Order: sequence, then C-alpha cells, then structure tokens
Amino acid sequence: MTTAATISKPDPGRRYLYLFTMFFLALSGFGQMPIFKRYYIADIPGLGWLAKFYITHYIHYLGAIILLALCTYYITEYFMFNIKKRKLTFSGYFNTAVIFGLIISGLLLVIKNFANYHYPNSLIIFLDLCHISLVMLLLGYGLYSLISKKRWTTPR
Amino acid sequence: MPEMISRRAFLKGSAAAACTVAASGLTAAASTSPSGQQLCTLLDISKCVACEACVDACQEVNADKYPQPQKPFPKMYPSRVPVADWSEKQDVRDRLTPYNWLYIQTADVEVDGEAIEVNIPRRCMHCVNPPCVKLCPWGSARQLKSGISVIDPDICLGGSKCKAVCPWHIPERQTGVGLYLDILPSLAGNGVMYKCDRCYNRIAEGELPACIEACPEDVQQIGPRDEMIAKAHALAKEIDGYIYGETENGGTNTIYVSPVPFEAINKASEYGKGRPPLKQAADSMASANNIVAAMAIAPIAGVAFAAGKLFKQTQKNA
Ligand code: SF4
Ligand code: SF4
Ligand code: SF4
Repeated sequence: MTTAATISKPDPGRRYLYLFTMFFLALSGFGQMPIFKRYYIADIPGLGWLAKFYITHYIHYLGAIILLALCTYYITEYFMFNIKKRKLTFSGYFNTAVIFGLIISGLLLVIKNFANYHYPNSLIIFLDLCHISLVMLLLGYGLYSLISKKRWTTPR
Repeated sequence: MPEMISRRAFLKGSAAAACTVAASGLTAAASTSPSGQQLCTLLDISKCVACEACVDACQEVNADKYPQPQKPFPKMYPSRVPVADWSEKQDVRDRLTPYNWLYIQTADVEVDGEAIEVNIPRRCMHCVNPPCVKLCPWGSARQLKSGISVIDPDICLGGSKCKAVCPWHIPERQTGVGLYLDILPSLAGNGVMYKCDRCYNRIAEGELPACIEACPEDVQQIGPRDEMIAKAHALAKEIDGYIYGETENGGTNTIYVSPVPFEAINKASEYGKGRPPLKQAADSMASANNIVAAMAIAPIAGVAFAAGKLFKQTQKNA
C-alpha cells in the first residue's frame, strides 16, 4: 500500500472523543465496584446513575465500542499516513501497550459474561486485577503526560 | 411417576459422574450432569406441606459454612454504611439470612372461589447466566460448570453488589467476617454475602442437596436442565398448572410448578427484605450482551473511516 505524501494532522475532534470516551469508561468502570454510593458521589445531582450497576455496565460496553473503533482508526491512520514521517515516543508505546492490555482483558471479561462461559476463578481474579491495575497506570501516566506535555508521536 | 427420577436417577447418573470430581475446594466441585448440561431442580409445590424438614436439613449440613463474625465490628466510614448482623438472630427461619438459606413461603390463594394453601421453598434460583456471578467485581462469586453459583467466603468483601443485581436480591450480608477485615475494614468492604450453594460439596461427593434428600414429600427433583424442563411441562399439563423459573432472568435452574397462577401467589404473599416475590424478571445480562456484536463491528468501522480519509486525501492530492 502506498502511503500518502501528507502527514495526517491530529484531529482535535477525535482527540476530544478519545478523552470523553476514556473519561466515561473509567467512571463507569470504577462504578463496577460498590463505592460511589458508599462515598456519597452518587448523591450528587446528576450522578445517581453511577450507583446503578446495570447502567454503568451498559455505558462501559458502549464506551468499549467507541474505544475499539477509535483504536483501529488511529492504528490504520498511522500505518497509512504517518509511519514514514513520525515515530512513536516512549509515551506512545506505553499508552498503546496499556490500552492493548485493557482491551484484551476487557474483551475476555465480556466473553465471560455470556451464558455457559466458565473461566477458572483464578483467571477471573487475574483479569479483574489486570484491568483495574492497567487503568490506574493509564490514568497516572496520562496525568504525568498532561503536565509534562508528552506526545504519543514525534517527527522521524 | 415423575418424582421417581428424583433420588435414584440422580444418584446413579449425575452424581455418580460428579463423584469422580475431587470433593474439596470450590473449583474442584465443578461437577456437571452427565449430559454436560447445567443441573436443575424441579419443585412440585402442590406437594409441599411446609414441614420445614428441608430448612432444618439445610441448616444442619451447612452450619460449618455459616459466618462466625469477630466482634466488636470495626467502625466503618462513612457512617451511612449499614452493619448487617444476623449472628444474634440465627434462629430466624421465615426469611433468607446469612444463617438461613432456605425458607418456606406460604400463601392462601383463592382460585375460582376455592381456598388453596401453597407452600413454596425459596432460595437462590441458580440462574443459567447469574448476574450475581458475572457482575461480581472481584471474582468472589463464581459459577461451577454444573451451573451452581457459589460465593467464596474467603474472597467476598461484602459490597453486596450481587444482591443489588440479583432480580430476587437473594444473597444476605453478615458484617465482621471475611477478607475485608485484613485490608481496610473501615473504608472498604462490609463482610461476606451468603446464600444457598446448592450443597455443591455434597453433589461433588455424589450426594443429593440436603433439602432434597430430607423432604418427606419428594417436592424436589434434580437433574439435567432439559430433562427437568420437559418434566416440568409434563407435570404442568397433568395438573393444569403453571411454571416459574424456566424463562425468568433468561432462565434459571429452579423450576417451580404450581397448581395456581404465580400472580395469585404474589398477591396473597407477604414480601419484603429476605422474602423475594415470584415476579416476572427479564434477562438481566441481555441488554449489555446484546450490544457485544457492535464490539466486533467497531474495529471494521474504525478501519473504514481511516480508509475513507486516505481516499479523500488521495483525491485531493490527485
Ligand atoms: S437467583 Fe440471584 S443469587 Fe441466585 S444465581 Fe440468580 S442472580 Fe445469583
Ligand atoms: S441446596 Fe443445599 S444449600 Fe441450597 S437450600 Fe438446599 S440444602 Fe440449603
Ligand atoms: S421438606 Fe419438603 S414438604 Fe417439607 S417444607 Fe421442605 S419442601 Fe416442603
């Protein structure tokens, strides 16, 4: 496949869509634990849904759908337009690996939620812990990247 | 006679196969019926005389699984966190508690001017796709291959999510016991959730669940799900009765056959905490599971958008 001559410019719209999706994924993800009600967060007007497990579960799935589309969009775009001009930074590799881990562990948990899928219990616990550890890593590193203005790619 | 399959067939077939499974430990007890299907119980409630022999048997064989809370309980924050303490009320039998996993619901139903008393053994339904298990955030609730859902008291933190997502709110909490005591007892967790575990350890040893074995009226049968459903339909036809549990919450492994409509039982029963109604229940896991197809399509959409962008770009450059 020939790559286009121009560099595909980062699109602020898609960047905001990514941040918006990640925000709701994280929020609905933490909502899988019974903490928002205990700590009064669900009492804040407009946040009552955070204590409704079926709603947070559904929103998490919706977020996962958007994230999957965004990820494949970014990967395809990178290989089509930018691979010769830009390379991934450490930040880029790190975020990509963490998101990949989140997607894999998440998808395995999604499959588990169908009837007649019985994972060994140790695998479920491992996947749960993986998923939450990875999201903490992503959030922590994301905050650090925001402060130190780290980018995912840099010119070659 | 439909009841004849109950003990003998189960012991010869299902449980004999299950016998080969190691007897101890939750995962080891993943026994299944010989057909590979989930194990299902069928309850002919027209036979139940409310003698509570099943309740006694359940308490006797499961007593060593009951909570032994440490007191005083650690102070929990914030103050709204409810303490659930049943340790001083272990003899309560008319509802579900951490010390009573089975109770007999009684209703005086009037059908066509005739008064009928029905008694219904109530406990966990052992759903085919149990939300209590699937939505447990720690993996402490689990489903064995036999379809039995079990809460592991060594891992459960007592957050009660399983109870919130269960259509019948079956699991019951005891504070002051379990893993949360070793982590941050004041800030997270609140004990352990308890419910019927279908005597999984007895099944793994080739025995019947205690409540089935103890019943003098042979109210319950246990076997592969398809077989139990076929029998439930045959029985319902025979007595011109009604079925509950086959489709509720997407299907359960507890099928009740009643001589009177369940709506009538519901109207004539007292419900409340620990006393769940026999209400209609849609498949809890379905709405999220139904959008999973979109997860498979999403990557294709992503690639298509990027390809569209390449197409536009090359058009522009041409
Ligand atoms: S009835 Fe409730 S507790 Fe029992 S398996 Fe179904 S969801 Fe879980
Ligand atoms: S199956 Fe076992 S644990 Fe469940 S109600 Fe019957 S005796 Fe109790
Ligand atoms: S032992 Fe049998 S007859 Fe007696 S209450 Fe239990 S189910 Fe009903």
